[in-house]
Amino acid sequence: MTNNHDRSIAFVRTEDVPAAPPPPNAAGPTKWLKDNLFATIPNSILTIVALLVIYLILQGTLPWLLNGVWVSPSLSVCRDILDGATGACFAVLTERWNQLLFGFQYPADLYWRPGLAFILLFFAAAPVLFFDLPRKLLIFTALYPFIAFYLIWGGSILTPIVALVGVVAGAAVYQRYVKGSFALGFFAGIVAALIVWNLGGLIIPDEEITEGAMRSVASRDLGGFMLNMMLGVTCVSLSVPLGIALALGRQSSMPLIKYICVIFIEFIRGVPLITLLFVASVMLSYFFPPEATVDLFLRVVIMITMFSAAYIAEVIRGGLAALPKGQYEAGDSLGLDYAQSMRLIILPQALKISIPGIVNVAVGLFKDTTLVSVISMFDLVGMIRGPILASTDWQGIYWELFGFAALLFFVVCYGISQYSQWLERRLATDHR
Amino acid sequence: MTSITDPPQGSFRPSMLINDTRYRSYTFQAIAFIVLAASIGYLLDNLFENLAAQGLEISFGFLAAPAGYDINQTLIEYTSQSSNLRAAVVGILNTLLVAVLACVTATVFGVLAGVLRLSNNWLVAKLMAIYVEIFRNIPVLIWILIIYGIMTIVLAAPRDFRGDDPAASMFLGLAAFTNRGVYIPLPQFTRGFGAAELGAIWDWLLVIALLIGSLIATRFVTARATRIQEATGIRPKTLMTNLAIWFAPLILTFLILGLTFEIPALRGFNFAGGIKIGAPLIAIWFALSIYTGAFIAENVRAGIQAVSKGQTEAAAALGIRPGRIMSLVILPQALRVIIPPLISNYLNITKNSSLAILVGYADVTATLGGITLNQTGRAIECVLLLMLFYLLISLLISAVINVYNNAIKLKER
Repeated sequence: MTNNHDRSIAFVRTEDVPAAPPPPNAAGPTKWLKDNLFATIPNSILTIVALLVIYLILQGTLPWLLNGVWVSPSLSVCRDILDGATGACFAVLTERWNQLLFGFQYPADLYWRPGLAFILLFFAAAPVLFFDLPRKLLIFTALYPFIAFYLIWGGSILTPIVALVGVVAGAAVYQRYVKGSFALGFFAGIVAALIVWNLGGLIIPDEEITEGAMRSVASRDLGGFMLNMMLGVTCVSLSVPLGIALALGRQSSMPLIKYICVIFIEFIRGVPLITLLFVASVMLSYFFPPEATVDLFLRVVIMITMFSAAYIAEVIRGGLAALPKGQYEAGDSLGLDYAQSMRLIILPQALKISIPGIVNVAVGLFKDTTLVSVISMFDLVGMIRGPILASTDWQGIYWELFGFAALLFFVVCYGISQYSQWLERRLATDHR
Repeated sequence: MTSITDPPQGSFRPSMLINDTRYRSYTFQAIAFIVLAASIGYLLDNLFENLAAQGLEISFGFLAAPAGYDINQTLIEYTSQSSNLRAAVVGILNTLLVAVLACVTATVFGVLAGVLRLSNNWLVAKLMAIYVEIFRNIPVLIWILIIYGIMTIVLAAPRDFRGDDPAASMFLGLAAFTNRGVYIPLPQFTRGFGAAELGAIWDWLLVIALLIGSLIATRFVTARATRIQEATGIRPKTLMTNLAIWFAPLILTFLILGLTFEIPALRGFNFAGGIKIGAPLIAIWFALSIYTGAFIAENVRAGIQAVSKGQTEAAAALGIRPGRIMSLVILPQALRVIIPPLISNYLNITKNSSLAILVGYADVTATLGGITLNQTGRAIECVLLLMLFYLLISLLISAVINVYNNAIKLKER
């Protein structure tokens, strides 16, 4: 057969022809450009408009950014250095760096204390955010609030220690009685903690420490981005448990409890945060005993916590509603009581579904901490609008400061939302 | 006759209040009620004690007293001699004005960005993704201040429009963008039949009535076209008829009433004539629009992506053209997902408009909760009224969401 073939045909190729390269406009960058940018005529117009927009933005901002002056004592000196050329005066950031971060009243020699608290925050948050880390690190997370309180406010070390002892006593009593009934353990724990705190209050010295590295700093001296971080972290961590309680209360079969929760949630969600901050600044002090002086920071924390708890409660209610009814029935048929079936079966699943929503609320809350500048607290925006823009050195500067604030918030909020997306992928147990 | 699973009758013991599930919920509710009543009583007791110590009492009489301050942008007549109540109403109208304006523009921005983010064009899609991420992750407060800065620092002062070779000139000779606000032409009717003291309100009512009439007429034309299509299979062309119905009566009316525009002009140190939109209003309006627009863009994208691809393919298999696939198949299904969060975004706009106080726009938070509160010292009354107003608005909007959700619920039979 082959021989026959050899004779009849003049030439037979014995190996494969190497594949010819595709035509130039069907492969490589040309094809990509053609498919993604210039597929149709309207598409090409869109591309050209987009390029024009990018060009205009870069043309407006790049010289300003690149030609920036980083060292200068005041705006007039900075303008002299620039000598009429376009350029930013980033010197305001370097010169007022500490004020932007810590406010203008925090003692300058104590900046290391909030700085250290900020660094420790990462170690405290890590085991909560990444569950691959050893579980023993959670002990540090539990200790962190007391350490951070002592670092930021200073004063007598007995205050955080008494607070810690109270919590430990409460936890111990809870562990002792929770076997019998969750409610009994829970309330006994709270009573034990209250007793320890009241007794401990007697041994804490009244006079403030005014000397040394750990001297007291008043709440009104807090400011800058530190204040935003403190409000954000405190209120988010307080509002998650409160939000869970409200969500469970809203689903309760007891009408009184249910309606208390419904009215609370709907009321808080119906009013803007700024009116709640007005309540904190002008109204709340009327509701405390006349002799009590609750400082503004605490009042604001109370209101923001209530605000975000209402939103988190709605997110968690969504998670609870998304669980199939069979899960509740399974818990009942195993003979678990309400607290056990919630703790062991319902909440772990409902919270997992709710994580993206909770993170959204947390990001929104962190952005909303800038609102405290309206009730004359000097957070990052308050510092910029108040002391810095009003100072004789930097009057008339604007974009550099707000650009910096925007950048800072963008980095934190974008980071949190990327983490949430990673967590969602990580927790996805349905194999799609 | 009782079955053996019935609980024992007639032997109530106090311990059953804790251990018997039939009575336990009553125990808990009674405890909750006592705690709630006690804490409310405690707070009210503190309140009255504090008020008595300061010689105050709760009273809303201050609402009738003269306000004593001026408001720069008002929709209704207002002088500094008007009552505090009228100042609050001015504030409420200003809040509603900025909320409605921002809802409209935020929807436009959001829908554009959301649709373009799904575009086949890589560059445009990436640009929209950057827009959404940047605006969602920076506080709206900072955006308001930045845009207010653009309005008051970057734009030219009215005096720059002066002289033979001015530093700034009016846009197309019609509108002036100054650092005090934007001046746009004011439409006027030279032969209007409205009573002079009411302004041109009757003329505008006539125009609105005409527009409603045109809307009804076009719907009738469309319905007729559909009937013909169903009977014969051929859809008559309706575009030109509809355009005529919309524009012919309108242009005719404008000609009869003698529509002219009063163009703002530089007089003295400032522009006069035309409509002035103050810089604070524009700052809060635009900032709320682009900020909320980014959130709406995400809703729109999620809504379109929620419609399964099979729907598009099925429609294409039926031979429907791409444009009609969008309007007849995808959008009706996507809207079901898009509209509820869209309405709650409108609610957020209304609540965030309270930040107008930062840039000096006289919304209800700035009049009732700001100046009136500070001048009269009636903190409790003012804050309560303020909360009541926002609560009413949000309950109203929640009611709208519920009605809509019930209307579009998938009807399962």
